[in-house]
Amino acid sequence: MDNIDRQIINSLQAGFPICDKPYQAIAEPLGLSEHQLISRLQALLDNGTLTRFGPLYHAELMGGALTLAAVTAPEDRFAEITDLINAFPEVAHNYARQHTLNMWFVIATETPEQIQQTLTAIEQKTGLRVYNMPKINEYFVGLKLEA
Amino acid sequence: MIKLDDTDLLIMRATQAGLPLTPQPYQHIAEQLGLTTEVVMSRMTAMQAQGIIRRIGAIPNHYKLGYQFNGMTVWNVPDENIDELGQKVGQLDFVSHCYHRPRHLPDWPYNLFAMVHGKTQADVDSQIQQISDLLGHANRACEVLYSTKILKKTGFRSRS
Repeated sequence: MDNIDRQIINSLQAGFPICDKPYQAIAEPLGLSEHQLISRLQALLDNGTLTRFGPLYHAELMGGALTLAAVTAPEDRFAEITDLINAFPEVAHNYARQHTLNMWFVIATETPEQIQQTLTAIEQKTGLRVYNMPKINEYFVGLKLEA
Repeated sequence: MIKLDDTDLLIMRATQAGLPLTPQPYQHIAEQLGLTTEVVMSRMTAMQAQGIIRRIGAIPNHYKLGYQFNGMTVWNVPDENIDELGQKVGQLDFVSHCYHRPRHLPDWPYNLFAMVHGKTQADVDSQIQQISDLLGHANRACEVLYSTKILKKTGFRSRS
């Protein structure tokens, strides 16, 4: 990753226009051609520097639901529990964390009812207690990391 | 809840995995869906104005940008002033997400969650100290849960 990649990442975290030639609109102020921007963006996605690029939809406003949940996975079953939980398509993110509650995952479903169904199914599959921590209020969401 | 019509849903499903990396991505989507480019752009503009599209942009992998220390800081603060405290913590420029979430007593006494990101342990320590200073006496207990591994990360996808 060089300075141009950093500028691209910083610029694209701020937003992307809806217009006929949006890549050209972003490329120009960076001193790049449209083609150069697209190929660098492709490379950043291919090598995992960017996990995705595109519209970020607000699940709850569309009637969908989200929650954060955690389990204590015993060390000797950690890989097995990871596979069991990740196999659920409703599980969007899953992180290992240093704590007694050592696995934290986000569940996204099309309806609020499916959240409880998914939590119950994960408890049944893993035999673990799932701590459900849905948001009660949101104060800020706006990930911006200086590259 | 905002009701989307079939055209909005078509566009959402065609774009939630990402935007095409072609010079005219909205035209590309329109051709795929049998719509005009104008319809795709106007629907997406409207969805963004309504907040259905939070934003269009890039999501980086923290680790690849050098942010090795990604901490979920969790705080036990009084419920009666959590909204005021949450707003203040959420405004700190190093906090990427901030939420009020339920306690699970006695195992889990924390109700305020703030995600922080740093390139060094010292960066994150200083961020945690700033949150602690801001909360003052309202902070009855806290912990920091560092992520050690991304086990799964996908976009939120509709399955239909």
